[in-house]
Amino acid sequence: MRTSKTARKAGKYATTYGVWVLASIITLLPIYWMIVISARSRVELFDRPNFIIQSFFEENYINTINDPSLQKYMVNSIVVATSNAVLVTALALLATYALSRWRLPGADNIFFWTITNRMAPPAVFLLPLFLLFTKTFRYGDWMLFDTRIGLILLYCVFNLPFSIWVLQGMIDGIPIELDEAAMVDGAGTGMILRRIIIPLAAPGMAITAILSWIFAWNEYLFAATLTSVEARTITTGLAEFVTVTGTNWGEMAAVATLTLIPSLAFISFVQRYIVMGLTFGAVKE
Amino acid sequence: MRQNRTAWFFLSPSLIILFIVGLVPFFYILYVGFFDWNAFSLQKGMHYAGLENYRRLVFDQPFINSLLLTFRFAVYAILVQLVIGYALANLLATDFPGKWFFRVIHTIPLMVAPLAVGATWRLLTIPGFGPVPFYLDRWFDFEYSISANASQAFWTTVIMDVWHWTPFVTLTMLAGLTALPREPLEQALVDGANRLQVFWYVKVPLLRPIILSTVFIRLMDALRTVDEVWMLTGGGPAAATRYTGLYIWRIVFPKTDYGYGSAMSLLTLYFTILISWLLYTAIGQQRRGER
Repeated sequence: MRTSKTARKAGKYATTYGVWVLASIITLLPIYWMIVISARSRVELFDRPNFIIQSFFEENYINTINDPSLQKYMVNSIVVATSNAVLVTALALLATYALSRWRLPGADNIFFWTITNRMAPPAVFLLPLFLLFTKTFRYGDWMLFDTRIGLILLYCVFNLPFSIWVLQGMIDGIPIELDEAAMVDGAGTGMILRRIIIPLAAPGMAITAILSWIFAWNEYLFAATLTSVEARTITTGLAEFVTVTGTNWGEMAAVATLTLIPSLAFISFVQRYIVMGLTFGAVKE
Repeated sequence: MRQNRTAWFFLSPSLIILFIVGLVPFFYILYVGFFDWNAFSLQKGMHYAGLENYRRLVFDQPFINSLLLTFRFAVYAILVQLVIGYALANLLATDFPGKWFFRVIHTIPLMVAPLAVGATWRLLTIPGFGPVPFYLDRWFDFEYSISANASQAFWTTVIMDVWHWTPFVTLTMLAGLTALPREPLEQALVDGANRLQVFWYVKVPLLRPIILSTVFIRLMDALRTVDEVWMLTGGGPAAATRYTGLYIWRIVFPKTDYGYGSAMSLLTLYFTILISWLLYTAIGQQRRGER
């Protein structure tokens, strides 16, 4: 009886592992193939497909890292993503604190409106934002078009609602009694924020900052249409490889691999919260 | 009681930014949609055209085709994702050593830039050195050419979407499965229901809010899809994978038909709002269920 139970258990694990190993291979294969291509020279590429990396052709990486325009794109991406993450997290903290601690008329409608912002197809906003950036927000020769500030503000449309949703659960979870006790002791709102809310919500803030950062880093469509030379980001650099005649696939794969690194570095911290953010807190774990 | 003024003071920066980059563009397309405005046309500038753009939109067969194509793409992708996601979520619902590791690997596609997803799939399917056409030809004698065959291009984008978004469905399903109440399941088993009956008559109704939310979110995502398809096929061959996002982009930028593009954007936004309203109702249903 006992042995059959253990045997059944082992059998159950076997299918579980079998399925998961297969699923992991399918997940990793396209990414692995991209790394393989990034390690090949032009000549090696057109041999029959070979999944084993025999020799690493570093030149693809060296060329892309030393390319001055790609360097600029990389710096732009880092500046835009970091500024956006900091801005979004700070604003979302204040907004969530207000939504969590006060009963505001119309708060539900504000929520619904933010969902719509987050889910609106970016293509819909392309035209109005392009016209606003080139014609309305313009002072003499300066315009919002092709500036980092433009992109930093723009990514708030998607990141701010997302961060408010993720942070809301965390701040609702901080007992209001803590606020009240501090208020009895004479602390003002600023003090409560600094001494109670920020320290307790810090993990949530880190998660929203990382996810916002990755979103800004990954974004392509707006970056491609609302910049031209100065503020281009790394994803537009990746796309430029294809439009130029005679794509250098090895270097393109190298750039694509480089864009993956930040996401992969943070994945184990944030993976539990991705779903919550993507479903607006509809689905929690 | 504390002052509401403080709360509005905290909310205002977020609301102002969302107003400028979210609401102003909306009213802008509402306004431009009533004008005939094409940067390449003979008469420069905006000319009031009333509802002409919308009349054109209703009879614009390519645009309607693009909407239907997007819907078809979404339906096939979502069906496959629901089946695979449900199966994988069931495996994750039980504990086994190494679960965490597989779960992290499974989440990777969600974190990859959509453009890079398109790039990886392009490298896989490109004629010449991509392994997919090579091995399909060698093992099955099957001619695969994403740049020439419309239905192959369509199905390749569906498979890419399944690769990209199945983890999302798995994780939402897992959240639903772990939140399932025990009693109805046990009760059904006591009453002698078989596994299929338990699945269909107990689990599916209980999971309905989660399934609905997932489907609505994925439908909205399908309307948002641009980057990865643009990188993989460029919307081609012909218009075989020119989904709504790509279609609007094409009207607005290379063709600079601003008035018409606005009308089109507004209609697409209307669909999004409709779906997100349905989503909101589904979430409300679920929240009520929790209480």
